Amino acid sequence: MSDCMSSRRDLLKAAGAATLLAPGVFLLAAPTPSKARPEDTATDSSVRWGLLVDTNRCDQECTACVTACKEEMGLTGHGRPATDAQYIRKVEIAEPKTGFTRSLPVMCQHCSSPPCVDVCPTGASFKRADGIVLVDRHVCIGCRYCMMACPYKARSFVHETTTDQLPNNPRGKGCVEACTLCAHRVDAGIVPACVEACHSKGRGAMLFGDLLNPEHAITQVVAQHPTSQIRADLKTDPGVRYHGI
Amino acid sequence: MAHMPDLVFKELNAKGTAFRVLFVALAGLFLIGLGAAFYMEHSGHWVTGMTNQVVWGMPHVFAVFLIVAASGALNVASISSVFGKSVYKPAAPLSALLALALLAGGLAVLVLDLGRPDRLIVAMTHFNFKSIFAANIILYTGFFAIVLVYLWFMMDRKLKYKSSGPGTFAFIWRLVLTTGTGSIFGFLVAREAYSSAVMAPLFIAMSLAFGTAIFILVLLAVCVIDKRPLGDVLTERLRVLLAVFVATTAYLALVQHVTAAYWAGRVDVVSFILLNGGVYTFLFWGVQMGLGTIFPLALTLVPRLRSHATLAFASVLVVLGGLAQVYVIIIGGQAWPLTLFPGYEVESSFFDGVVQSYSPSFPEILLGIGGFALALLIVAFGMAILRFLPTSLADADIDPHAKKRLLETEEAGEPA
Repeated sequence: MSDCMSSRRDLLKAAGAATLLAPGVFLLAAPTPSKARPEDTATDSSVRWGLLVDTNRCDQECTACVTACKEEMGLTGHGRPATDAQYIRKVEIAEPKTGFTRSLPVMCQHCSSPPCVDVCPTGASFKRADGIVLVDRHVCIGCRYCMMACPYKARSFVHETTTDQLPNNPRGKGCVEACTLCAHRVDAGIVPACVEACHSKGRGAMLFGDLLNPEHAITQVVAQHPTSQIRADLKTDPGVRYHGI
Repeated sequence: MAHMPDLVFKELNAKGTAFRVLFVALAGLFLIGLGAAFYMEHSGHWVTGMTNQVVWGMPHVFAVFLIVAASGALNVASISSVFGKSVYKPAAPLSALLALALLAGGLAVLVLDLGRPDRLIVAMTHFNFKSIFAANIILYTGFFAIVLVYLWFMMDRKLKYKSSGPGTFAFIWRLVLTTGTGSIFGFLVAREAYSSAVMAPLFIAMSLAFGTAIFILVLLAVCVIDKRPLGDVLTERLRVLLAVFVATTAYLALVQHVTAAYWAGRVDVVSFILLNGGVYTFLFWGVQMGLGTIFPLALTLVPRLRSHATLAFASVLVVLGGLAQVYVIIIGGQAWPLTLFPGYEVESSFFDGVVQSYSPSFPEILLGIGGFALALLIVAFGMAILRFLPTSLADADIDPHAKKRLLETEEAGEPA
């Protein structure tokens, strides 16, 4: 157990330390590899994995997180945007009255009260103890009720036969899928691919960590600076927080 | 107290040409629907009009329509068993058979459209009891069991006088069932077009209207095909019932939109459906409200238009209007984009912030029609092997008062 906890601490240290450069602008340190969660230990509710997106740093032209996600999860499209899967997408927002604009990534928000889990008839949609929301591909019947219920449009249905699947993301035609917060990487002590790419190729706008651990950078930032959750009014309590909107 | 006349229940004449042609045609449509489902499953859903934006399409329109109509089709049996109206009793077994058949047809469409229909056994063995969908699986399965028991009571010589118990239970169950179906949409808090408590009573009203319309059509068709006399006593009552149910459905549909429009955040989606939603606005006003409500109300309520033919026509219009209504609810509700960032204009490669387009594909429609065909096939098969309907539904045969009036007229006429 202590080994497990120490590996988590390492992971969080690796997730990046945040330094405030100017009001509303963070420098999120680049993540480094960490220790893995031992395979024989279950996920544990003392951890709540989450993401922080600093929209002040997110570049409108940059899609490094999206590209990295597709590579990491083996999402090869078929050139059909309406039916091809997207786990993470860049959304451009603009307030018409003021002209205020921002560009930000939206993915599964890994809610603590996920509507997709509530509505799933078979329990295929489930939340791990550490807050990561997943789809059990063996139990999903492809009813798409979770897609109807998700307030964030975060899920995709596998509309056609998939080839060249990756071991870390088995995909099946007829099942629903979404961002896993790179659970396979997190369990191995590595930050999600989008966060890594954001630091290596983008402007370092994403921070990953344990929202329950006060030692972790993400927790310290959200404790000291205003952040928001998308559709907080629905009280789904997303694990993904945004700064700057 | 007047006694019920002795009625002779009989199977349909399965050797008649009309029956055989109908049976083969229905079987053909069902097989075509199965073929369409196989094609969609084999190719993947990209060959349909459904996308990651509009995730439920034409199969769901047909499935929800049939499932909703199923519980409404039980009306006639409920009125006879629960409310003690003996005129409806001769038609009660057919009403229960139709209810079972429509539910089977609707569920078949729903299951065949699943991404993994081969995992039906998973759906029957893994339950998330917080899911209204899972609750519906139990409600549908329970409906089959309860209505079968109810049918047994109605058709068994010894038990038929005790059928009010199972009938009442089935009646309550069907109300809960339709509440459940409406709640599939009513519980979707993030979808502005759906999330409303009105959905449950609206779906109950829809079930009463759609189920009564289909029952009328089946009853009239059976009597024509099998040459069974059908008087006006029963059809007159069904005519009034249909009018009341159609009006109630229209009223609740308006309440659904008026209550939503009161909420500032939902004015846009209400405007979309009612004013500027293109096909959805046309379907709402033109088909649901015009063809499916005003026109049948006129046909059923204007005294000089009363006839079996106009009743049949009105019922067809109610079915068409009902399909349009379910289309507007299911597809129109998804076409309206989710609001992730209230107050902002949004844009993305995943179609955020734009009205979603949906074009139903041919296989989806064929699957839906296949569901209708399966339901009618079950009715035809059931009526061919079991005695669901009396040989005559003439007024004097089903209504003791009509018989008494007839006898009195004959007696009064004899001296002359």
